[in-house]
Amino acid sequence: MQQTFTNPNEHGYYGDFGGAFIPEMLFANVAQLKSQYLQIMDDEDFIKEVNDLLQHYVGRPTPLFLAKRLSEQYGTTIYLKREDLCHTGAHKINNTIGQIILAQKLGKTRIIAETGAGQHGVATATVCALKGMECIVYMGEKDIERQAPNVARMRMLGATVVPAISGSKTLKDATNEAIRDWINNPTDTHYIIGSVVGPHPYPDMVARFQSVISAEIRKQLLVQTGTELPTHVIACVGGGSNAAGAFYHFLEEPSVQIVAVEAAGHGVQTNMSAATTQLGTPGILHGSKSLLMQTTDGQVIEPHSISAGLDYPGIGPMHANLYTSGRGLFLSATDDEAMDAAFHVSKTEGIIPALETAHAFAALDQIKWKPTDTVVICLSGRGDKDLSTYMQKLDS
Amino acid sequence: MTRLKKLFDAKSSKVLNVYCTAGYPTLDSTLPIIAALDKNGADLVEIGMPYSDPLADGPVIQESGAKAIENGMSIEVLLDQLKSLRTTSNIPVVLMGYMNPVLQYGFDKFCMAAAAVGVDGLILPDMPAYEFETKYGAILKKHQLDFIFLVTPETPTERIQYLDSLSSGFLYAVSASATTGAALNFDAVDAYLQKLKELQLNNPILVGFGVKDAASFELATRYTTGAIIGSAYIKALEKSTDVSATTAQFLSSIIGKS
Repeated sequence: MQQTFTNPNEHGYYGDFGGAFIPEMLFANVAQLKSQYLQIMDDEDFIKEVNDLLQHYVGRPTPLFLAKRLSEQYGTTIYLKREDLCHTGAHKINNTIGQIILAQKLGKTRIIAETGAGQHGVATATVCALKGMECIVYMGEKDIERQAPNVARMRMLGATVVPAISGSKTLKDATNEAIRDWINNPTDTHYIIGSVVGPHPYPDMVARFQSVISAEIRKQLLVQTGTELPTHVIACVGGGSNAAGAFYHFLEEPSVQIVAVEAAGHGVQTNMSAATTQLGTPGILHGSKSLLMQTTDGQVIEPHSISAGLDYPGIGPMHANLYTSGRGLFLSATDDEAMDAAFHVSKTEGIIPALETAHAFAALDQIKWKPTDTVVICLSGRGDKDLSTYMQKLDS
Repeated sequence: MTRLKKLFDAKSSKVLNVYCTAGYPTLDSTLPIIAALDKNGADLVEIGMPYSDPLADGPVIQESGAKAIENGMSIEVLLDQLKSLRTTSNIPVVLMGYMNPVLQYGFDKFCMAAAAVGVDGLILPDMPAYEFETKYGAILKKHQLDFIFLVTPETPTERIQYLDSLSSGFLYAVSASATTGAALNFDAVDAYLQKLKELQLNNPILVGFGVKDAASFELATRYTTGAIIGSAYIKALEKSTDVSATTAQFLSSIIGKS
């Protein structure tokens, strides 16, 4: 593979970031995946099976919606890519559909996953139910308490939810536990990672499964505006899977400004933030080299964001490269800014976005728009799962 | 001749490597533990450098690492503590840890400082062979530090030979596809260890993961040069009020009175 902004090199590097820093106990599994994923993903039957499910089960293509009232307010043209309308309520299922079929092709019978807010866990439990596969989801003990409805969904779908009780008991530790499970079950198990993180080939594989988002945007923009290319694509970034999907087919188009929005938490200058590119330094977490929030001793710092889906101390290596190379513009929005944006979008367009997605909307205030701009925002998920947080604001 | 080479030249069976976590149970335990291990019959000491996200470790070693970090342990503190290592002990010492803290410290700076205080080798389970060959192997060589790769029952023969060719000091045979501290099924690993012996590798083989007492030590070393005990020793230290006495007692339970 020729290395570009879109593709890593054969060792999984996007610029200085990526690779596969894994213990030998994981080598056989990761090597198998690395040697077969491109071939499987290029196979006609595989493509047909995935596309079939994306269309008839997930509900793709998702609409590209011209947000007229928002456009008027910002004096520009804003389109919303409605990933919130996917089955299970977020883009996460684009990836789990692809990976479950890939796992079947690899002869695996048992699926493990990590989850923070529970969206990826629900998307994984969903496809496991669809395919009749055993599903174990690792979730931080703290997140299990915070996200009870999604825990119930996963269990109703037949998944076993295992609390991660090590470390800080959140997404980072759930990921550690899933990796340890994979070490202990090296032959029958496939690990469905939910974001563009982890050892090569995961970041590339997940980005490819999510790239359907930008493939559709190009087609839909052409139909609606007469040109395939917007001037800006905006997405929120935690690990960065919806952003990778929304950016993918625009990364080699220099005229398209890539805008990634991180979670600033209480503010980048406070100790309560998850803005990895602002606060991170090069480091290794969960098998790849990227930017990482860590102490000077190299211990990983627990981040903070009001949105559990962005509450991750790292960022996918593709995004770390977009940041350091200057290809992408990286902004951040605080908890309060995201909350305000969620309420504003709800009242202005009749769409209640997920708290993660609300960060992308908050960034609209940080750019000086021109009437000639065409802006696409990836509306990565719906806000139902965040109702309890939103209700606290309604009641206050 | 390196200390590891000298050890394996002098002793080709029942070599006992004991793992401890730096800064556990207390910040200043490290040196007294090394001295006690040396005095009571351990052949080799593996010192774990605590990390917040130790993927290859089970709960016992994870918790000891978390406690050690809480106690104030870091690479800087450890290397400072080890400055007096060679005034009191000549036992071979290898450091075990994860890539991230070492990279933060600076890989070259770390190797230089470790070699200077008399550390003999390094185990970083998440060091990929590719990175070792293209980048880090040369730095380790420059500072004359041995580097030990891991092999598992899932590692194909060709790759075992390849990792053996990259390793020096010894080769770390993980007894099962598991994290540290897992129970050991010796019927399953017996054939694997016998196969390793038959490969006639360049490096002596030490078996780790699941070795916890005299019986498992005996079985693990039937076909190999030695074995590594970690979680069981950490468990013993957990309740210890006197690390020297605990260590003497623990080692005597493994190898008898020395």
